[in-house]
Amino acid sequence: MAYTEDDLKKELDQKEYKYGFYTDIESDTFPVGLNEDIVRAISKKKNEPEWMTNWRLEAFRAWEKMDEPDWANVHYEKPNFQNISYYSAPSKKPKYDSLDEVDPELLDTFKKLGISLDEQKKLAGVAVDVVMDSVSVTTTFKKTLAEKGIIFCSMSEAIQEHPELVKKYIGTVVPQKDNFYAALNSAVFSDGSFCYIPKGVKCPMELSTYFRINQAGTGQFERTLVVADEGSYVSYLEGCTAPQRDENQLHAAVVELIALDDAEIKYSTVQNWYPGDKEGKGGVFNFVTKRGLCEKNAKISWTQVETGSAVTWKYPSCVLKGDNSVGEFYSIAVTNDFQQADTGTKMIHLGKNTRSTIISKGISAGQSQNSYRGLVQINSRAENARNFSQCDSLLMGNRCGAHTFPYIEAKNKTAKVEHEATTSKIGEDQIFYCNQRGIDTEKAIALIVNGFSKEVLNKLPMEFAVEAQKLLEISLEGSVG
Amino acid sequence: MELKDKLLSSFLAFEENVNMNSEIHEIRSRAIKDFEAAGFPTRKQEAWKYTSLNKVLNHDYTVFPKKEDTIEYRDVEKYFIDDIDTYKIVFIDGIYSSHLSSTTHEKIDACLMSSAMNSSKYKPVIDNYFNKVAPQESLTSLNTAFSHEGAYINIPKNTMADKPIQIINFSTGNESALMVQPRNLVVVGENSHVQIIERHQSLTDHPVLTNSVTEIFADKRAIVDYYKIQNDNHQASLIDNTFIEQQRESVCSVHTFSFGGNLTRNNLNFYQKGERIDSTMKGVTVIEGKQHVDHNTLVHHAEPNCESHQDYKGVYGESSTGVFNGKIVVEKEAQKTNAFQSNNNILLDDKATINSKPQLEIFADDVKCSHGCTIGQLDDEALFYLQSRGVPAKEARALLMYAFANNVLESVKIPELKKRINNIIAEKLGVNIGFNL
Repeated sequence: MAYTEDDLKKELDQKEYKYGFYTDIESDTFPVGLNEDIVRAISKKKNEPEWMTNWRLEAFRAWEKMDEPDWANVHYEKPNFQNISYYSAPSKKPKYDSLDEVDPELLDTFKKLGISLDEQKKLAGVAVDVVMDSVSVTTTFKKTLAEKGIIFCSMSEAIQEHPELVKKYIGTVVPQKDNFYAALNSAVFSDGSFCYIPKGVKCPMELSTYFRINQAGTGQFERTLVVADEGSYVSYLEGCTAPQRDENQLHAAVVELIALDDAEIKYSTVQNWYPGDKEGKGGVFNFVTKRGLCEKNAKISWTQVETGSAVTWKYPSCVLKGDNSVGEFYSIAVTNDFQQADTGTKMIHLGKNTRSTIISKGISAGQSQNSYRGLVQINSRAENARNFSQCDSLLMGNRCGAHTFPYIEAKNKTAKVEHEATTSKIGEDQIFYCNQRGIDTEKAIALIVNGFSKEVLNKLPMEFAVEAQKLLEISLEGSVG
Repeated sequence: MELKDKLLSSFLAFEENVNMNSEIHEIRSRAIKDFEAAGFPTRKQEAWKYTSLNKVLNHDYTVFPKKEDTIEYRDVEKYFIDDIDTYKIVFIDGIYSSHLSSTTHEKIDACLMSSAMNSSKYKPVIDNYFNKVAPQESLTSLNTAFSHEGAYINIPKNTMADKPIQIINFSTGNESALMVQPRNLVVVGENSHVQIIERHQSLTDHPVLTNSVTEIFADKRAIVDYYKIQNDNHQASLIDNTFIEQQRESVCSVHTFSFGGNLTRNNLNFYQKGERIDSTMKGVTVIEGKQHVDHNTLVHHAEPNCESHQDYKGVYGESSTGVFNGKIVVEKEAQKTNAFQSNNNILLDDKATINSKPQLEIFADDVKCSHGCTIGQLDDEALFYLQSRGVPAKEARALLMYAFANNVLESVKIPELKKRINNIIAEKLGVNIGFNL
């Protein structure tokens, strides 16, 4: 393809016009488009061993033959994959010199969330002093982890320093050819996190990407791999409650969890990416593949609070391979304005006495569409498998939609599966009751929504839960009237 | 020759044989084109994800059966509900059997589609209602293209049909494999009431494929009760497409009892076109062997203050498979809708499979919608309780299954029919529990 620098400039100009994002073109940005050379170049840039390069190429070749899925209940203009730059080095240069230059609306949100000034600066991309609190936190934090033998670093670091672990586990839960976006991610993933908990170790603190300084600008193709060895425990937090003005429109992340015998992984996500403006222009496309594998007696628990992104397409799943393993999924998905979310989970029961629980709460407001899509599959050898699913939807106004698409497949007579779903609105009597006691309507709605989401919020780690609660309020602000 | 090609080439011959008015001719020609473009559904289509027609379509079906075959009433007596007086519309190999039927033109019309299509007297009704609610889907279009025979029921305004109407389709072993496509039209006027029982029965071991379409129109405040008995032999497959359009304050219910057949697919769609409508669909499925039953339902709520109720129970033995694919759509105008859907299943054997997909698509906020789905087993403790009181294991299991299905059975409004269904279930379970629920 003949591609000149002028073309690139033109496209970027259009992109900016179209999405209203500011794109800072640095010299370290690859030309747009994707081909084998780009994949090789990314791999080389990151100084990866040969097996990794080949692994990426294999994924790329599979991706070329795949079609973009369109079965989800979302409508958007499909991104042009040849129009994206697949590698850009983390921008070192702060965008602003002081907080005064930052969008006041953003600062207002920070204030409501109760985020400290330093953190505000960091999140908004303001240059911060190096002796910021979180840096020292990070250092002590790393020391404690190292003492326990826990590996917690970026994916690129892990590929350099622990290639044997990465090689052994990467792609075992989400194979390169799993789906269109997983294949794309496998081919071009920029960075991500790697975490390994040795045998019998209980990780003493919540691991969070939030603390990791080098996390900034890992880009749109993030890859996370968490391995909990036999008998270990880890609680992992991803994302952040603060709104992130991301420059990338398409996000195709892959998360793989591996819980070996008797291990437990708790994975919590709060996602609040740019959802587009009030007219539904712009916003992030969030196409994520998340899956966990449970060996004997292992447990994986997914908790997610989804409030951001224009289009979300996300199904954190559990493969319950080992006997007596447990899978859990707790989710709140809030959509407002023109957001669209198609999210849910898959629980694949393979082992005996496996159990799974699904609690999904969907809240739709404005003109948004919120779908739950889930699969519970009991295979013929999964004796005494047990599943309980509950999907509740709350609608605000009659311009939004709530949809439920559960798939239930049972092939074993000892299976016990229960699924229930309800859709309703906030009762006028409930609001009246609050009004009568001096709580204004907006507060009342926040209160009721929090009550509605309680079951899921309770599963989040404490600090996160508080922030998530506030986030729900903010997301739904102005949606009542 | 592939069945699709065979059907396409038979179409011309078929059109020559039947003398129809030009509108219907046009509808047919359009339908065959739709079918040609769509072909038979495959598992790649979401609505057919769990049901494959490949095996069923593999036989060399005769599309035009030989002319009238006679069967003696006493040979088929058991397939009729004969302890009450009913109107009967009976077809043998898709051809009307006058000596088994008892039709009427007094007050109500319960007669033949072919005569209604050809008579100018019925033209206004045919023009207004024929092919008006059936969607352009491959199998429905196929039926439309070949539509010429079936039951035609028209209940005028303010009329109670004085007795239930039975529609029975027999197939005989005259052909080595037979495909029939009955087309029924039921029009119920304002404030009128009718009860209809439909049955497909194969009298042969030869494969039979029935692709039936029934269109039902219920005008204001009409009440329609429709019962389907599906207890065919294991060589017979049935694709039943039923489409119901309801006007203001009408009440319609469809009960489907699936006990037999090789492959049974029920497409049941309700379209609500007015306020305060009540739609009910219930079903009991008890199957074993390699049988396959697929219930595919849709309720489309378009106006405020309506209700819908769905209740499907299934018991699956041996290596049978069951599918439930229910969808409730609530448009944004349809405020104050109450829509309920429940699907309960029992798996009796290790090779039995159930795939359930209850879906809600809701665009209105002031609604109460829920669905529930369960898969489980008979309660061991309940079984033990019954056995400890001297009820043999087999009977105890049957008793629990009766209790499981009772919700659906108790809303059957014709007592003789309820008794008949109880007998079929008892026979299926090989027990006699000595009472009727």
